[in-house]
This record gives sequence, structure tokens and C-alpha cells, in this order.
Amino acid sequence: MTDIIEQVFGAIVAIVIALGGCVAFFWGTNWLLDKFLSDSATDSGDTMTRRDTLRSQIRPWLFLAPALLFLSVYLIYPVIETFRLSFFDKTGRDFVGFSNYVWLFGDGNFHQAVFNNILWLIIVPSLATAFGLVIAVLADRLWWGNIAKSLVFMPMAISFVGASVIWKFVYDYRGDASEQIGVLNALVTFMGLPPQAWITIPFWNSILLMIILVWIQTGFAMVILSAALRGVPEETLEAARIDGANGFRIFFDIMIPQIWGTIVVVWTTITIVVLKVFDIIFAMTNGQWDTEVLANLMFKWMFVNFDYGRGSSIAVVIMLAVLPIMIWNIRRANAEEGTR
Amino acid sequence: MATTVDRAQSVAARAPRAGIRIDAGKLFTHLALLILVALWTFPTAGLLISSLRDKDQLAVSGWWTALTTSTSQGVTRIGTADAQLEEGGKFVIRGNVFGTDTNKQLAGFGLTNGEPAAALPGASLPMKEGGTISVSASGAFEWVNDTRFEHTRGPRIFYVAGIAPRFTLDNYIEVLTANGVGRSFINSFTVTIPATVIPILMAAFAAYALAWMRFPFRGLIVAVVVGLLVVPLQMSLIPLLSLYNGIAQTFGAEDGKTYLGIWLAHTAFGLPLAIYLLRNYMAGLPKEIMESARIDGASHFKIFTTMVLPLSFPALASFSIFQFLWVWNDLLVAMVFLGAQESKLVLTGKLVSLLGSRGNNWEILTAGAFVTIVVPLIVFFSLQRYFVRGLLAGSVK
Repeated sequence: MTDIIEQVFGAIVAIVIALGGCVAFFWGTNWLLDKFLSDSATDSGDTMTRRDTLRSQIRPWLFLAPALLFLSVYLIYPVIETFRLSFFDKTGRDFVGFSNYVWLFGDGNFHQAVFNNILWLIIVPSLATAFGLVIAVLADRLWWGNIAKSLVFMPMAISFVGASVIWKFVYDYRGDASEQIGVLNALVTFMGLPPQAWITIPFWNSILLMIILVWIQTGFAMVILSAALRGVPEETLEAARIDGANGFRIFFDIMIPQIWGTIVVVWTTITIVVLKVFDIIFAMTNGQWDTEVLANLMFKWMFVNFDYGRGSSIAVVIMLAVLPIMIWNIRRANAEEGTR
Repeated sequence: MATTVDRAQSVAARAPRAGIRIDAGKLFTHLALLILVALWTFPTAGLLISSLRDKDQLAVSGWWTALTTSTSQGVTRIGTADAQLEEGGKFVIRGNVFGTDTNKQLAGFGLTNGEPAAALPGASLPMKEGGTISVSASGAFEWVNDTRFEHTRGPRIFYVAGIAPRFTLDNYIEVLTANGVGRSFINSFTVTIPATVIPILMAAFAAYALAWMRFPFRGLIVAVVVGLLVVPLQMSLIPLLSLYNGIAQTFGAEDGKTYLGIWLAHTAFGLPLAIYLLRNYMAGLPKEIMESARIDGASHFKIFTTMVLPLSFPALASFSIFQFLWVWNDLLVAMVFLGAQESKLVLTGKLVSLLGSRGNNWEILTAGAFVTIVVPLIVFFSLQRYFVRGLLAGSVK
């Protein structure tokens, strides 16, 4: 009990120190800057201008300093270090060249993981985006659409582990003789077929795990696409209706082209989530029965085998897969910057 | 005005022909959406209903039958010779095969595993130890013999019983106390609250600088932040873990797994999104206000603290919700930086360990899972507006 109190107290102290520290830093440096580089009546015009420029040159960096420090230590340095470690051995001491990568490309588990990751990349973003789009279109036409959207959106708040337990219960298997308490097997036996231990059947088990992520991400796609659909000008829809276009024609020929940009953004965002997916596989199968993915494989090499070199090389592969989307995002942001 | 009239007329003109078809289309829309929403809701509903069911019922019947009586088989060992009473020259052992359970109804009983329902309630069966036994529907049994009982080991009685539907909070009480989920609940809060609060001010200052101040490399820093948004966490784990362990060794600690470590890690991992969201929002604030304040001689510091920060409340709220949900739901960072030690497990880690150790005890898993998802669900439903706004700002832009 005392350690719990200590722990909660520690958390409160941490919040106070962190906030106090931030406030002290920002106010303090600002005060120092104004005090030591302030204008005084005796200064000449030249000195004042010089000091003004100096102040406005320093101030942005004071605003940015803590954030840049954190980003450098926790994200930028580790990315470089992971690249470096991927060329070193287990302990990170001896340089081994490309041998981690050579090993990786010959490893059966890696092939399995890459194959599964590609499958995930094809299936999850497309299904989540498609379902999200359909639900957004349907819900926007009905009076209870907002309630429907809330319910579909809800899984977004649930952790991947929580979702895994929810779906493990759906896929549960209890032996041929006893009554099935998993919905899927109950349905299968209701139709007169034998129940299956779904999670152990290669290939289909991966699909069943993907359904979990589709279930979570559809709400995200729906919300973004629903907002985009509302931006489609009513006149174009009205014009199509008057021309006699039916609902499907309007959907495919008018709505989809107009929100294409948003569909791509949703697609890429879900793609990033898929590339990093770890919790679901870790909780459901831990890569058994041919369900391995890159993130889980990396975790195994890092924390089960303690091989930092090989673990790093797998992380680098994930990073390389993310890279095209990262570059595309940066270019998009830069283009936006230009218009501002 | 004219267009409204036109539209009304055109609708009136089409109505008689198209009326039925439109209704059928509407009906189809209702039905399709209803099916989709049902598909999306029923897994969670199943979990919630199951977590409230009696654990014996949960183990033998699906949650969709929660309101109907289920049957289960059971076995119990009845009394030894010590428990006998002498009544009117006969020897009797009494008791109840259900023990203290009162919601069961006997459907049949037997003496072997193969025939658990050999006799109906109230009927008698001969015992190999001597005498006859009869069990009533309520589970009360009476074993009568003409001679004194000599056995030292109570024989087993098999039975089939109907269980009346019963909802209970027992599963919750069990996971919160006996299984350590209560402790993990506190750990999750300990990790989440500071990790949500700490990055806010830091990110807000940085976002303001990137949105409204002019300085060299601004474009580069924005590009780096956008790039870091998608950097896989996996890239950070190994170097940071080594760094933490190195620091821990310097200070003589056994390992680098501390709450301080995970707060700072989550803070840093949340910063790119925080800076990006807040910068987008601040950049959208009216330029005129900023410029007039500048002309009036207000410093950037003053503009930020007195105008921009209060105006940015919706964006700050959006980010806080994101960060809260992300940290609460995180498994990977917690496992790496806090470890798998029982007393430090957060809820997600606890749930994974229960999946391993109690994989078939669905009463534990369902209740445990619901405890882990209830806090994010409350946050989500009460603050959904800010959450959606943040999502839109974070990806459509």
C-alpha cells in the first residue's frame, strides 16, 4: 500500500516539477533576454537596432529549445543510432558490415513476416477505407446517422490489446463436443459445419487478425471521409440527380473523384499504422501459426534473443517501408507552406 | 428563394412516380447501416455482457443466450461415514450436491461420469457402499442405509443442472482484487497523466515559434517534425534502452526501468503530433490580430501567453485526448521502458499476461478487458467533439 501512495505522490510531484520547470524556463529565459539585451535611453540608434535584431534572432530558439532537445534525444539520435547498430553485432561493439542484412534476407521467419506485412498492407487499408466510406455515405442520409457513426467510431478508443481480447472471444474454440461460446464457431456449428480452432489455421488466422485492425481503423476513415463528403458542393450532386443519375452513379462518378485526395490521405495514414502493428499479433499468437509480422519479429530479436544488431536491422526495414510515405508527407507539407 | 420553389415543384412533380422507389432505397439504406453498426458493436457488447455473467454459465453457453437457462454438468463428493445420522433404526447422510449455489436446478443425477443423468430428480439409485440415494430438484440429497456406514471416502455424485440466468459483479471484484488488475489500473494512471500533461506547454511554445516567428531553418524544422510523425517507434527502442541502462548503471540502479523514464519517453514520442497539430491550429488564427498586437509593441512572448495560448484551447484539448488515449492504450513503450515486473504492469501489459496465464478463464479476461477499456471509452464519449476536431486537423490538412 505504501508503495502505491509513494508512486501516486511521485506522479504528482513529476507533474508539478515538469510544469514548473517549463514555466520557469520559458519565463526565465524570456526575462533574461529582455533584461540583458534591453534598450536603454542612453544607447545610440545603431546599438538599439543591433540589439533588437539579436533579440528577435535568439527568441525563436528559446521557444523551440525544450522541444528540440526532446526530439533530438528521443527520436533523431535513436534513428541514426539504430542505422549504425544494424551494422554491428549482437552487443553493438563489433562492426560486422552487412551480415545482419544478409542473415535477415535468408531467414524464413523474415520471409514469413514480409509476406504477412504485405498482405496486411493490401487488405487492412483497403477494407477500412471502403467500409469507412460506405458507412459515412449511408449515415449522412439518415436521422440516426450520428449515433451510428459514434458506435462505429468507438473502437478507436479501445487499445489494440483490449480489441484483441474482444475478438479472441469471438474466435474462441472449445472442442468439437462442447457448446461453442465464440460467436464465429457458434455460427459455423449452426450452419452444420464442424467448429475450428481458427487462430491456429495458417493464412486464415492472419485474415482474422487483420479484421481486428479493420474494425478499429474503419471509424477513423469514416470520420475523415464524412467531413470530406460534407465539403462536396451540393450543386454538383443536385445537378447529377436532375440529370437522372442514380445513387451508385453519383457515388462513383461524383463523390469519389471529389474526395480522392482525402481517400489517399486516409489510406496512407492507415498504411503507417499497419506497418507498425505489433500489439495485436503479440497478444493473439505471438507470431505462431505463420502469423509473424516485422514489428513482432523485431521485438523477439530485441527482447527474447537480446540481439541488438539483428533487431536494429529489422527496425531499419520497417523504417525503409515507411520512408516513401514520409517523403510524400513532407513534400505535401512544404507545398502547403508555400501557399501560406 | 427562386431555387427553393423550383426544387419544391420538381419534387412535387416527381413524387407520384418515384415515391415507392425512394422509400425502398431509404429502407435499404436503413437496413444496410443497421447491419454494419450491429457488426461493429456486437463484439464489444458480447464482452460487456459476458463480463457480467455468472462464471459457470459463461463457460458453458454463449453470451447471446445470457437470458435463457443453461445446463451444465457437475460432480461433487458427498459425505463420509462421519456425517451419518441415525434415524428410526436407519442411517442417513444428508447434504446438497450444489453446495451453497442456489441458482441451480437439478435435471438428473447419476453415479458414473458416463451417465451423469441416470435418474430423474426425486428417484433413487442404489449405492455400491450400500443403501440408496435420492437427490431432489433443489440439489438436496438423502442417502439412506439399513446398516451403519463404514466408508472413509465420500463417493462421487454426477449431475446435470439447469442454471437460471444470473448477472453479477463477482468477476469484476475478482479481477480487481485477486488478479492485480486494480494495481495495474493505478499504474496506468501513474504513467498516463504526467505523460499527457508534460508535453503540452513545450509543444505549444515550439508550435508558436514555427507558426508566427521568422528565423532561419524554420522550413527545415517543420519538415523534420512532419517526418518524425511517421517514424516507427521501433527505431527508437534499442538506442534509448541502452541509454537508459547506461544512465542507471552510472547511478548504481539495477535497471533503467522507471516511471520517470517512461514519462519522458512518452512526452518525446507525443511531441511531433503535438507540435504539428498546434502549429496548424495557430497558423490558422487571424493574422490581423497578431499584426496589430505587434504594431502596438507587444512582444512575441506576450502575444503567445495572453492571446494565442487561450485561443488555442480547442487544439490543446484535442492533443491531450490523443495523447491520453495513446499512452493509456500503449503496450510496446510500457513493456520496453517499464518492464514486465508484476508491480509495474500497466493495464495493457496486465491483460496480455492474463491472456497467457488465464487464457481460458473468460470471466477473468472479459472483466479485465472491460476494466482496461472503460476509461478511454468515458474520455472518448464525453470529449468526442475535440477528438474528431483533432483528427480532422491532423490529417486532412
